[in-house]
Amino acid sequence: MTAINQYIELFKATREAIDAHSAGALNALRPKALEALEGARMPVKGDEDYEVTDLEEVYAPDYGVNVNRIDLGVNPAEAFHCDVPNLSTCLYFLANDAFFAARNSDKNLPEGVIVKSLRRAAVENADIVEKYYGQIASLDCRPTALNTLLAQDGLLLYVPKGVVVEKPIQLVNILNSATPLMAVRRLLIVLEDDAQARMLVCDHTQNKQTDYLNTQVVEIFAGKRAVFDYYDIEDSSDSTHRVSNIYIRQQEASNLMVDGITLTNGFTRNNYVVDLDGDRTELHLLGMAMASGRRHVDNHTAVNHRHKYGTTSELFKYVLDDQAVGSFSGLIKVFPGADKTEAYQSNKNVCASPEARMYSKPQLIIDCDDVKCSHGSSIGQIDQNALFYMQSRGIPEHEARLMLMQAFMNDVIAGVRLESLKDRLRHLVETHILGGSSSCQDCAGACPTTKKD
Amino acid sequence: MSNNENTKVVSDEQLIKDVTAGEYKYGFVTDIDTHVIPVGLNEDVVRYISEVKGEPEWLLEFRLKAYRHWLTLEMPRWAHLDIPEIDYQAISYYAAPKTKPAPKSMDEVDPELRKTFDKLGISLEEQMRLSGIAVDAVMDSVSVKTTYRDKLAELGVIFCSISEAVKDYPDLVKKYLGSVVSYRDNFFAALNSAVFSDGSFVYIPKGVRCPMELSTYFRINAAGTGQFERTLIVADDDAYVSYLEGCTAPMRDENQLHAAIVEIVVEDRAEVKYSTVQNWYPGDKDGKGGIYNFVTKRGLCRGDYSKLSWTQVETGSAITWKYPSCVLKGNNSVGEFYSVAVTNNRQQADTGTKMIHIGKNSRSTIVSKGISAGFSQNSYRGQVKIAKTATGCRNYTQCDSLLLSDTCGAHTFPYIDVQNDSSIVEHEATTSKINEDQLFYCNQRGIPTEDAVGLIVNGYAKEVMNKLPMEFAVEAQKLLQVSLENSVG
Repeated sequence: MTAINQYIELFKATREAIDAHSAGALNALRPKALEALEGARMPVKGDEDYEVTDLEEVYAPDYGVNVNRIDLGVNPAEAFHCDVPNLSTCLYFLANDAFFAARNSDKNLPEGVIVKSLRRAAVENADIVEKYYGQIASLDCRPTALNTLLAQDGLLLYVPKGVVVEKPIQLVNILNSATPLMAVRRLLIVLEDDAQARMLVCDHTQNKQTDYLNTQVVEIFAGKRAVFDYYDIEDSSDSTHRVSNIYIRQQEASNLMVDGITLTNGFTRNNYVVDLDGDRTELHLLGMAMASGRRHVDNHTAVNHRHKYGTTSELFKYVLDDQAVGSFSGLIKVFPGADKTEAYQSNKNVCASPEARMYSKPQLIIDCDDVKCSHGSSIGQIDQNALFYMQSRGIPEHEARLMLMQAFMNDVIAGVRLESLKDRLRHLVETHILGGSSSCQDCAGACPTTKKD
Repeated sequence: MSNNENTKVVSDEQLIKDVTAGEYKYGFVTDIDTHVIPVGLNEDVVRYISEVKGEPEWLLEFRLKAYRHWLTLEMPRWAHLDIPEIDYQAISYYAAPKTKPAPKSMDEVDPELRKTFDKLGISLEEQMRLSGIAVDAVMDSVSVKTTYRDKLAELGVIFCSISEAVKDYPDLVKKYLGSVVSYRDNFFAALNSAVFSDGSFVYIPKGVRCPMELSTYFRINAAGTGQFERTLIVADDDAYVSYLEGCTAPMRDENQLHAAIVEIVVEDRAEVKYSTVQNWYPGDKDGKGGIYNFVTKRGLCRGDYSKLSWTQVETGSAITWKYPSCVLKGNNSVGEFYSVAVTNNRQQADTGTKMIHIGKNSRSTIVSKGISAGFSQNSYRGQVKIAKTATGCRNYTQCDSLLLSDTCGAHTFPYIDVQNDSSIVEHEATTSKINEDQLFYCNQRGIPTEDAVGLIVNGYAKEVMNKLPMEFAVEAQKLLQVSLENSVG
C-alpha cells in the first residue's frame, strides 16, 4: 500500500466531517485532488528532482489528521507570550492548522486589507477565495494534491488595489500534539495591483517528542506593480517533517522577495514554483539552511520566465555538519519570446564534517537568445588560509570560525529587506554556530520585529 | 535608428541565416560492394554475427547475455531530446564490405574507398606520409586497413581491430571487455554488446610511451545499416597514448543509428588522451535524415596517479546522446573533459560528462562550450560525484552556451553530489548571445560581421580546441567553419 492510500481511505471515511468543518472553494476542489491521487505514489529517491529525498517514507507513518477540528489544547498565547505593548507586527497564529488571531491583531491593518481564517473567508469572501484558491497549486504535484484533498483551514491575506500595509504581518505556526499529527495548512495570499505588504511566517514546535508532518501549500498572487516580501523561517524540532509547496504568480512589474530559512528542523522539503507572468518582473529568491545531526534539508525551485525584461536572482546557502544531508535543485526556464531576461542562480555550500552530504543541481533551460543567464554552484569548506590568517592575528579559532561562517551567510542575510529581521537572523546564526540552541526560546524575543520596552 | 543601421541589422540577420543554412558539404555515398544481412534483431542474428566473425564461445555467450538483457530494457527518455520512435527491427545489424583478402599495401585497397578518404581530405597515404599517424580505417563494420602496426609492434603496442584482437589476444580482450561499460549499463550499451560489429583495440604495455597518435576514422556507409563500434583501450602502468577518433558520414535521407561503446582502462601513472571530432550527417535544414548518435564512453582510472583526458568537438548528428565519463578510482587520479558542441538547424544534442571520484585527492576539470543556432537544442548534462571515501578531491566545471538565434535552446543540467567535507566542487555556467560590443569593435576595425562572428566563435571555442592534437585541430576548425562559420561567421 502506498503512503497516499491511507490518506485516501481516511478521506473517504471522514469526507463528511472534513467538508463540514471547512467550506466553499476548499471543499469544491477535493474531488479533483482525489482524482489526481488515485493510484499515484509520492516521489521517491531517484525520481527527477528528488535525488536524495524520499517522500513516500515521510508520508508512510500513520499520522493523525484533526478532521473534526477538536481543540487540541493549544494556546497560542501561552506558546507565544509576545503580547507586548507596541507590538510592531500584526500577529496571527495557526495552531497545527487552525487559525487564531491575537487580540489587537487587526488594529494596525489599513482598511480593506483582509487577514482571516481561510475557512471563514471561503464563506465571507467567497468571491476572492473562489477566484484564486487552487489556481496555481498544481495537482500534478502529489504533496500539493494531498494537501488540497485534506486542507480545512489556513489563512487568507488580501491586500486591495493600491493599499500599502506598513506593518509586517506575522504568522506563527505552532505544532502541538500528544500523538503523531499531520498538519494540513493552506495559505492564500493575494495582492492586487500596486499593493504592498510584507509577511513573516515562523514555524515552531511544542511538545517536541511528538512526530509531526507539517505540510503546507502557499499560493501567492502578485498583481501589477505589487511589492511583496515573504519570509519563511523554520525553527522546529528533530521529529518534525516539513513538506512545503509555495506557488507564486507575478504580474507585470511586480517585485517579490521570497526567503526560506531553515534553522532547526528534522526533515524539510521546500518547493518553490514561480511563474513570471508579465513583463519587467523582479524576483529575489533566497534560501539558507544550517543543519547538523541527521537533519535533512531539500530545496527545489522552478522559475518560469515567460515574458520580457524579467529579472531573477536566486541564492541558496547551506552549512552542513555531522551527518546532515542537504539538497538543492533549481531550475530556471526561459521560454521563447522572453527576451532581455536576466536570471542568476547561485548555490554555495559548506560541508563542515566528513559525513555531511550535499547534493546540488542548478539547471538552466533556455529557449530564447537575447538573455543573460548564469548559474554557479560550489561545495567546499571554510578557507583554511583565512582561518590561519585570523589566528595569526590573535583571534581564537572558534571566533575566527564564527566570523567566517557569519561572513559566509552574510549575503543571504544582507538580501533581507526587513532591517529588524536582519539583526535577528544574524543573532540566530551566531548562536547556532556557537552550538547553542538557536531556537526562539523566549518567543517574545523570537518575533524579530518585536521590540521590548 | 538610422536607415543605415537598419540595413546593417537586416544584413546581419540575413548573414546569420545564410551561414546557419549552410548545407552539409561532405555528403556523398561511396559505391562499394557491401554485404548486408536482412533487417531485424533476434538471437539468430546475434549468433550469425558471432559466427561470421569466427568468435569464440565466451564472446557469443557475452553477446547473448547482453541481448537477453536488452530485451528487458526500455529506451531511456530522460534526456532533453525529442527522439522519434526507433524501430529496432527495421535495422540491419551487420554490414561488411565483401571480403577480399586483407590488402597488404595501399595498392590493394579498394580505389573507391580511397577516393572517399580523398574527398574528405584525409587520404590514408597522406596521413601515413605526412603526419605519421597510424590509421585504422573502419568502413562500415570491418576494418579495412591498418597502418604502422609493425612499427608499433616493435614497442609491444597492440593496435588492431577488435575482431583481430579477439583472435590474437583473447586473454586481454576477455579480461577487459565489458569491465568498464557492463552490458547491463544502459539500453544502448546492451544493444551494442549484443551486436557490436567491429572497432579498435589498443593495448599499451608497461612503461611504453606510444610514439605516434593513434587514429581511427569511422564512416557509416551502407544505407540502412546501424553501426555498432566497440573500442577498448588499455594503458598499462606508466604508459601513455593519445587516441584520435574522427567521423564524417555521407548524406542520407534515412535516419541511421549509431550506438558505440568506448572503454578505457588506465593503470598506475598511465595517461590516455582521447580526442574526438564528430561530424556525422546532421540531417538537412528541416531536420530530415541525419544520424542518431547514442554513445557510451567511459574510462576507468584504475591506477594511482592515472590520468584520462576526453576532448570532443561535436558538430554533426541529428541527435547526440553522449556522456564521456571518468571513474577516478585511483588515488591522485585526474579526469578531464573538454567539449565543444555545435548544433544547427534541427539538431539536438544532450551531452556532457560524469566524473565519479572514488580515489583520494582525485581531481577533475570540465570545460564545456555549447553553440546553438537555427532551431537546434543543445544541452549540457554532467554529473560530479564525490564518494565518502574520496577525501581531498577537487572539481572545477565551467559550461558556457552561446546562442546564435532566437529559436534555438541552450540548457544546463549539472548534478553535483558531495559526500565529504574535504573536497571542493565548483560549477559555473553562463548563457548569452554573441556580444554586440565585440561585433561592433571588430566592425569598427574593418572586419566584416561575417568574419567577426567567426572570430568570436573560434575564440570562444579556443580553450577546447587547444586541447586537441595538432593534426586534429586543423580539421576541427574546418568543421566549425562548415557547421556555422562561413556565413554566421
